[in-house]
Amino acid sequence: MSLGYLLRRVGMFLLVIWVAASINFVIPRLARGDPIQAQFAQLETLGIRTSGMDQVVAAYKKRLGLDRPIVEQYFSYLWNVARFDFGPSITYFPAEIGRLIVQRLPWTIGLLTASTIIAFIVGNLLGALLGWPGSSRWVKWLVPILMPLSAIPYYLLGLILIFTFAFTFKLFPLGGAYSTGAKIELAPAFTLDIFYHSILPALSIVLSVTGFWMLGMRGMMVTNMGEDYMIMAEAKGLSPLRIFLRYAMRNAMLPQVTGLALTFGGIIAGSVLVEVIFDYPGMGWILWYAIRANDYFLIQGIVFVLVVSVALAMLVLDLLYPFVDRRIVYVRR
Amino acid sequence: MSAASAAPATTESRSPETWSRRREWISYGRRNPTLVAGLTIITVIVVFGLLAPFIIDQDATRTTAFSKDLPPSLDHPLGTDSFGRDMLALIVVGTPQTVKIGLIAGFMALIIGSALGFIQGFYRGPIGTSVRGVTDVTLTIPALLILITVASQVRQVTVESMAIIIALLAWPGTTRAIGSQVLSMRERAFVPIARFNGMSGMEIIFKELMPNMLPYLGASFVAAVSTAILFAIGLEVLGLGPQTTNTLGMTIYWSQLHSAVIRGLWWWWLSPMVVIVTLFIGLFLISHGLDELANPRLRRRV
Repeated sequence: MSLGYLLRRVGMFLLVIWVAASINFVIPRLARGDPIQAQFAQLETLGIRTSGMDQVVAAYKKRLGLDRPIVEQYFSYLWNVARFDFGPSITYFPAEIGRLIVQRLPWTIGLLTASTIIAFIVGNLLGALLGWPGSSRWVKWLVPILMPLSAIPYYLLGLILIFTFAFTFKLFPLGGAYSTGAKIELAPAFTLDIFYHSILPALSIVLSVTGFWMLGMRGMMVTNMGEDYMIMAEAKGLSPLRIFLRYAMRNAMLPQVTGLALTFGGIIAGSVLVEVIFDYPGMGWILWYAIRANDYFLIQGIVFVLVVSVALAMLVLDLLYPFVDRRIVYVRR
Repeated sequence: MSAASAAPATTESRSPETWSRRREWISYGRRNPTLVAGLTIITVIVVFGLLAPFIIDQDATRTTAFSKDLPPSLDHPLGTDSFGRDMLALIVVGTPQTVKIGLIAGFMALIIGSALGFIQGFYRGPIGTSVRGVTDVTLTIPALLILITVASQVRQVTVESMAIIIALLAWPGTTRAIGSQVLSMRERAFVPIARFNGMSGMEIIFKELMPNMLPYLGASFVAAVSTAILFAIGLEVLGLGPQTTNTLGMTIYWSQLHSAVIRGLWWWWLSPMVVIVTLFIGLFLISHGLDELANPRLRRRV
């Protein structure tokens, strides 16, 4: 990998984060004169009052320093954001927003990583089988089943899953990440409990994302089938399984890896809503809570951390890509 | 051809032509059933939305119009919700609102997105590069998350203002799709020829590239509409939608807020969902069909 590419890519990552942070800075100041007063006026009209509101106002006044010049405010804001210091939450005062987020982040990362990887593998395998002339007939039946599912937003699929498997047949819990009253510890029973609770939310993501990968992979396979190296591999008398895995699938998969980076943002945004539907205690859940409590600074913090996570995932995938596809390295030089 | 177009178009000379054109359409429809199916679904939904206000009594969507939580019956084919509103009337009133958000936002996103797409694909140098940079950055930031920040700041949104906010963030997908097509099209022989004929960049874009891009523009519009509806329903489920308008997404939000799923009031959330899913499948089929129209390589290969 050339140094220029690395620098360009990291620069892009920093640019994205800077833009996201600046959007967060500008939006509340664009709307009204005094962001603090506006927030608290809104809280009052909604009838939400936290005890010791004056204390919260004072803490925020000091923090945002609205009497200082705007440029100074901006730089002190950027400095805080760079350290992931978002100040105290209004609803959970005086708990730090950063700490609230750190508590929730593992749940979202766990659920998302697992379901994204499962969907990616299953979808690509099915898509490859679909584009492979030698595969059996029943694979073709999957298209009309998975294609409509990929057109449905995950969270709506989640509602159907809860109603069918949790409410009607009572096979799975209605929501949450672990049984109420379960002791939070590193024990096999608790791990199993977490796994059991994550099946339905994960399934709603997997079911709808799989179709997307499947369709992309099928197209790639079809284009790849006519390539010279496929004919060469066949002429050499390699086993069909080897041709399928090492020649057809490996080459068809490369653009899919880029696709993974591009769709990651959408997957994260969608999973926020899945968590709301399943009452899953991740970032989406606390975001929903913050929206209902009108805790703007908490919303801001959550959105910023999610944007950074997406950008980071894309950066890592892009930097790993040349290792997956050796041809890229050659071109970059 | 010259005889038919030069002579004043009489009915005798035109009818065989329209006939053959109609036959062409039908035979194309047979080759592309995906597109036909999608168009049919969307047409049915739109016609339903246009006609329904004349058939359905609007008062049935007022709160406490009927008893609460009634399951589907002959009086209320889709039951009533916990506010005592008739579900069928709610769906009938809500569907056009949701479609409206999609159309306004989708159209605006198409305009912004394709303008930037043409610039980014056609112009090299600082203009193209800077537009590409802006698009790349916007693509990286999940639009729904920024929409959440904006909507939670605006709070009181209407169907129209929500559509505009969504449009401001729904264009990068269009820009990418159109940009990459233009990029490959500008390498074709007719672009330099047009340039030698003294056409300016703008003229080439509008007179040479645009007509060739029509199927892609159509597919991008459908994709933009479907993205916009997806964002709208996402915001609505989070409670950031138009609180006083009965869109499909708001109906799901209210059902969520009143725990309709675990109370067994399946008709409350299932009815709007069926319409939403049908809408998405219809749009999906259209964009897939248009892809096939634009990209003959995909046609019936598998």
